[in-house]
Amino acid sequence: MFEDVSFLASMIDLLIPGSGSGKAIMAAVLLGASCGLLGCFVVLRRVALMGDAVSHAVLPGVVAGLIYSAERSPGVIFLFAAAAGLLGACLVRLMMFSTRLKSDAALGIVLATFFAFGIMWQSRNQQDTVGVMNFLFGNIGSIDASDLRMMLVTTLILVVTMFFLRRPLLMMSFDEGFSRGLGYPVKILNGVFYFLLTFSVVVALQAVGVVLVSAMLITPAAAAYLLTDRFERMLILSVVFGVASGISGGLVSAEVNGLPTGPVIALSATLLFGIIYLLAPRHGVLSKVARTLRRGMRVRRENTLKAIYQIHEGEGFAHEEVSVLMLARKRGQTEEKVNKDCKALLSRGFIEMAEDGVSLHLSRLGWKRAMEIVRNHRLWELYLTNEADYAEDHVHEDAEKIEHILEPGIVRQLEQHLDFPELDPHGKPIPQPAHLVTQSSVVPS
Amino acid sequence: MKPADEIALETHDLTVTYHKRPVLYGIDVAVPSGSLVGIVGPNGAGKSTFIKSVMGVVPSSGGWVKVFGKPMRENLPRVGYVPQRESVDWDFPVTVMDVALMGTYGGLGLLRRPGKVEKRRASEALEKVGMLPYSNRQIGNLSGGQQQRVFLARALAQDSDLYLMDEPFVGVDAATEAAIVTLLREMRERGKTVMVVHHDLQSAGEYFDHLLLLNMRLVAFGAVKDVYTPELLQKTYGGRLTILSEVADQAAKL
Repeated sequence: MFEDVSFLASMIDLLIPGSGSGKAIMAAVLLGASCGLLGCFVVLRRVALMGDAVSHAVLPGVVAGLIYSAERSPGVIFLFAAAAGLLGACLVRLMMFSTRLKSDAALGIVLATFFAFGIMWQSRNQQDTVGVMNFLFGNIGSIDASDLRMMLVTTLILVVTMFFLRRPLLMMSFDEGFSRGLGYPVKILNGVFYFLLTFSVVVALQAVGVVLVSAMLITPAAAAYLLTDRFERMLILSVVFGVASGISGGLVSAEVNGLPTGPVIALSATLLFGIIYLLAPRHGVLSKVARTLRRGMRVRRENTLKAIYQIHEGEGFAHEEVSVLMLARKRGQTEEKVNKDCKALLSRGFIEMAEDGVSLHLSRLGWKRAMEIVRNHRLWELYLTNEADYAEDHVHEDAEKIEHILEPGIVRQLEQHLDFPELDPHGKPIPQPAHLVTQSSVVPS
Repeated sequence: MKPADEIALETHDLTVTYHKRPVLYGIDVAVPSGSLVGIVGPNGAGKSTFIKSVMGVVPSSGGWVKVFGKPMRENLPRVGYVPQRESVDWDFPVTVMDVALMGTYGGLGLLRRPGKVEKRRASEALEKVGMLPYSNRQIGNLSGGQQQRVFLARALAQDSDLYLMDEPFVGVDAATEAAIVTLLREMRERGKTVMVVHHDLQSAGEYFDHLLLLNMRLVAFGAVKDVYTPELLQKTYGGRLTILSEVADQAAKL
């Protein structure tokens, strides 16, 4: 048994690099992995503040470890730190359970108390706690082989536990009531979660520091959450982001004199988050803006098509061509603007311009789309007046919006519901784009 | 069909207090197997609390619950649960299929992963509620009615004998409501016992065959024709028993 342990220990020692920068990179990888994994649960369970409270609560433990372990064994420091963190988490739960305080107030009290106590205790024992600044703001360069060994073992425990328990932990985070119904030991799982959370805080402690550990728990996972709707992918991305910000932050702070590691790592995580916040394909800000712009442009195009149709309709479909000027009048806009709209329609094949450049006619595709929009508008008006008892003069505004978003399935339902109507509430005919396909003539009679 | 005299759910003196304030008083009820029960009562009557305390989601402060003659804890796999739709975060990064699969987790323990059998069961459950085409969608991209269907599919995948459903009709469209009623009746045909918290008294009389009238205490339990009477409904909805709730308030201050 003992031989097994020593064999394992020598295996671990083999993994630990000799050079200083090698150690720093390895520390960054470990902290990125453990915080990235746990962070996903922290973000999804909305306990981000709990991570912050636990990380501040470990400070008295660190101080105790520095004072009571003469040879500064990282094992002792880790143990004390983890115990203090868990105690903090327990106190939060206790306060929430025994009073009507909600979690944020309970967290605030515990965080401040533990941190203040830690600082006070440290300042009374300055000569024993020389390295405490490394734990406060992080110093990846101060991590030596024995620290790394401790970080490695802790991360291993964490990763293995997470691997086996990720399904029940996810289930419980999603729906605690249902998990109880399944017979899950919810209390124990919650306990395991807070254990692992404390472990991840302790792993990141020396590199990032007490004050900023929560940045490593929250920011990479939050960035991953913006990128994907799949949990497994979120876990992987979160770890990748955590490792990336750990390494880049660690390297920068090692290169530039006097830069503490913690803040640099936290800021590089924020930088990554910022990029994803802007550029994420679905939940990113820029793509949302782009989507809104695209929709606005489509609405403009469709409104122009509708105007062309209405001009034709007003003339009893007697002419094939419409002039830009007529269109501008109908739309109540300048010629230049309408010309621009026409270009957009032209490039999509909805209209064809005459050679003179001032008149145009709808293509087959254009007829179809224009009729669809007008039909949507009038069907919706009819639905509102008939079924929702709207007054006739109230329905137009609403239909102006709805006409652009009605899906074919809903249109079919509306038609069936209204028994395939021919006239809208104002007595105008509802066009039948489906007939276009069967009729030989493009212009409806 | 199971013998009609089997009791699916029995509670005795089930009492629940929130912060020392009693919200449910000594509920005694014995629900015969194979019945479709509507749990009705005014707001704050403790309808959801009743279901949650039976499931053990809310701790009860007294009394006991038996399922098919055994304590709840021993018969958990025979009980399916549909919590309120609002009780979960629908932005959670899980798909429709993931949620349906959760119904099969009970038989897997903590460590075993769902395999082919479980996936088939989840697919069948989704098929039954018409949600199979949406299997790979993230659950936030669904309408309220569709989300409720997914929750029902998860319960169906549990393949239990007794189902407890918390307000499955809230915020769903008419089509989904009709589909759920059909589904509930089908489940009863197959001998399942289903208890549903329901907020609409009007439809309660036609959807269910038994009613459990609740207002902090049990007003009545029985077949619809016996308990859907003006007197009993008046007793259920005619306001709280004033002294009962006043004493409850005072008890909370002790």
